[in-house]
Amino acid sequence: MNESNRLLLSGDEAIALAARHAGVALGAGYPGTPSTEILEYFHELGGHAQWSPNEKVALEVTIGAAFGGARALCTMKHVGLNVASDPLFTAAYTGVTGALIVVSADDPGMASSQNEQDNRRYAVAAGLPMLEPSDSQEAYDFMFAAIELSERWKIPVLFRVTTRVCHSYTVVRPRQTDSAPKPPSFERDVLGRVMIPAYARPAHRRLRQKLTEMQEWNEHCELNRIVQGGQSLGIITSGISFMHVREAAPDARVLKLGFTHPLPLKKIAQFVKSVGRCLVIEEGDPYLVEAIRAEGIPVEGKADQYRFGELDVARVRRILNNDLSPEPAKPPGKPPQLCDACQYRIVFEALRKKDCIVAGDIGCYTLGVLQPFEAMDSCVCMGASLGVGLGLRHVLPPDQARRVVSVIGDSTFVHSGISGLVEMVYNPPPNGHVLIILDNSTTAMTGHQEHPGTGRTLSHEPTGKVVIEDLARSLGIRRVHVIEPRFGSDEFDRLLTDCLESGELAVIIARRPCILVVNQLKKYEEQRCECNAAQAAAPAPG
Amino acid sequence: MTKVTNIVVAGLGGQGVLKGTDILADVALRAGYDVKKSEIKGMSQRGGSVTGDVRFGKQVFSPMVPAGEADFLLVLEPTQVKPQRHMLRPGGVLITPDAVRADQLPNKRTLNVALLGVLSAHLPMAEDQWLAALREGFAGSFFEGNQKAFLIGRKGQREEVQSLKSNDQSPMTKARDSGETA
Repeated sequence: MNESNRLLLSGDEAIALAARHAGVALGAGYPGTPSTEILEYFHELGGHAQWSPNEKVALEVTIGAAFGGARALCTMKHVGLNVASDPLFTAAYTGVTGALIVVSADDPGMASSQNEQDNRRYAVAAGLPMLEPSDSQEAYDFMFAAIELSERWKIPVLFRVTTRVCHSYTVVRPRQTDSAPKPPSFERDVLGRVMIPAYARPAHRRLRQKLTEMQEWNEHCELNRIVQGGQSLGIITSGISFMHVREAAPDARVLKLGFTHPLPLKKIAQFVKSVGRCLVIEEGDPYLVEAIRAEGIPVEGKADQYRFGELDVARVRRILNNDLSPEPAKPPGKPPQLCDACQYRIVFEALRKKDCIVAGDIGCYTLGVLQPFEAMDSCVCMGASLGVGLGLRHVLPPDQARRVVSVIGDSTFVHSGISGLVEMVYNPPPNGHVLIILDNSTTAMTGHQEHPGTGRTLSHEPTGKVVIEDLARSLGIRRVHVIEPRFGSDEFDRLLTDCLESGELAVIIARRPCILVVNQLKKYEEQRCECNAAQAAAPAPG
Repeated sequence: MTKVTNIVVAGLGGQGVLKGTDILADVALRAGYDVKKSEIKGMSQRGGSVTGDVRFGKQVFSPMVPAGEADFLLVLEPTQVKPQRHMLRPGGVLITPDAVRADQLPNKRTLNVALLGVLSAHLPMAEDQWLAALREGFAGSFFEGNQKAFLIGRKGQREEVQSLKSNDQSPMTKARDSGETA
């Protein structure tokens, strides 16, 4: 065995390595746990990786790349696919010319998410082929398979992973690669890509035809495999659940599905016949069990209590034993909190003191809901602080409405707060509204990624910058304030009071770089200045 | 089949839990084992509880150590013993900060590596494999201090194991008790 050829990689890293080895020309996404490291590692390996303002734009950029004949990779967390679902559904109709792999990183158990939706449902709803690796080696291998599928059937592939696949490190043996992609080149295909109703109707029929073909092909696909074992117990499983199953039931016969939409139902029926009792073990929604039962194949599923949270070896043992007793509660650990020197502390102290009704958003600052602040009243999804705050302002009695404030971070604002700001200008509540943008010059919660408001690319190179205050002013908002909140000063409190009492639309940008990366950010800024100076010194282009 | 060795490392964000599991997993890889490492790090930089699981052996399936099956529980922060205690199997070894003398460490940030040193005395991997993993894990000047911390933990533990063996006592009883009361 060649030891030097064994790498210990996370699932995210394995996806990136395979993308690099397979000649993926462009990776785009928006940071989100547990998907963030894919594009970062792809960049480290020399790949062309970009952060987009949000997942919808990222998917559109990669659809374009795949229309151009390139191999493209789009990455996001599960809730990001909600944002990107509009292009996703129609890209299933248009198909692609090169390859398009859409990674959905789901978070069962919500280690760092606002819900635990099961995105396998998207494969069914949009009509897309779906692959589900169960460790890093499969994440690596399945990427090649996904690209082959995508190019063969000219269709985007949903690559569905979960937190424990993304963030677990397992051994990977990379393959010798020689699958050089064709160089991108534009081929006109108006009927295939311009989805006016007349062209979309046949496109839908083409999609269903592709799915029928893929289902037949999947019956013999090596991405689904059988682990031989005793005949008394058979288990059908996929993804990380496979690993728990192998440990909890080492003697069972296992059908391990890797290509999970459209399902190889004949293979499944055959497997079920070969065993006495057949159990489906899957994390999250009863996706597999429902699809299999709909074919009239008799299988057992898990009890409803195991739909919540992630599975592990102990829970799989309980499912196998049909144990419905209450599960032991995990002893509580120490909850995270805002850093001691975080500027957001000043903001949330002020909001609490004023008894504001706070429509919050997604990021570090969501921790403002916890002690000692307890100064957040809602957190729904990326960008929702604006719409939710405005809705509250419209219907609440004036004494309450005047206390409503929307709070959003800089990266989240660029992601999907801008359209909320447009709403604020377009449908202003009678007593105005106050928006606080917490600008720490980074996407802090996911591990300090760049975004269009930082003026730096994914690789921290200077680029065009969205200046939030200029954007707000350009919409005609008169009260736009930029302030650096300081401990021991009541400046922020006074500004907040002024804005709340004005009855007008106001935007307060509380700006101070995140203390965890302040030195790093200074370095980037210096580079940016040097770069600007060098440009100024260079002779003007003729 | 050789038994899988299960290790859980626990602490608070910023203590180097994940660095510790990185090095531990790397050592196991170098020693030729199948190895898996699992971590939950979404909130790790905000001072919350952080744990990392490392499992190694001939073949490892689940990346997560099942509750009550950890052979070793390495805790960097005394308050985290209670919430993680249930991970340890009966007779499993608890390693807490008391296992090393803090005043001997080059600086307090090397506690994670010093406790890895303590752990290393119980594991089959060779010292040069550990040092190679440390060299890989720590850039330039950081390596020296961490190597020193590692050796302090490793040497101290070896002596303790020796002396306790002669007293016919379970090697980690002392550390476990001190962890409980901390």
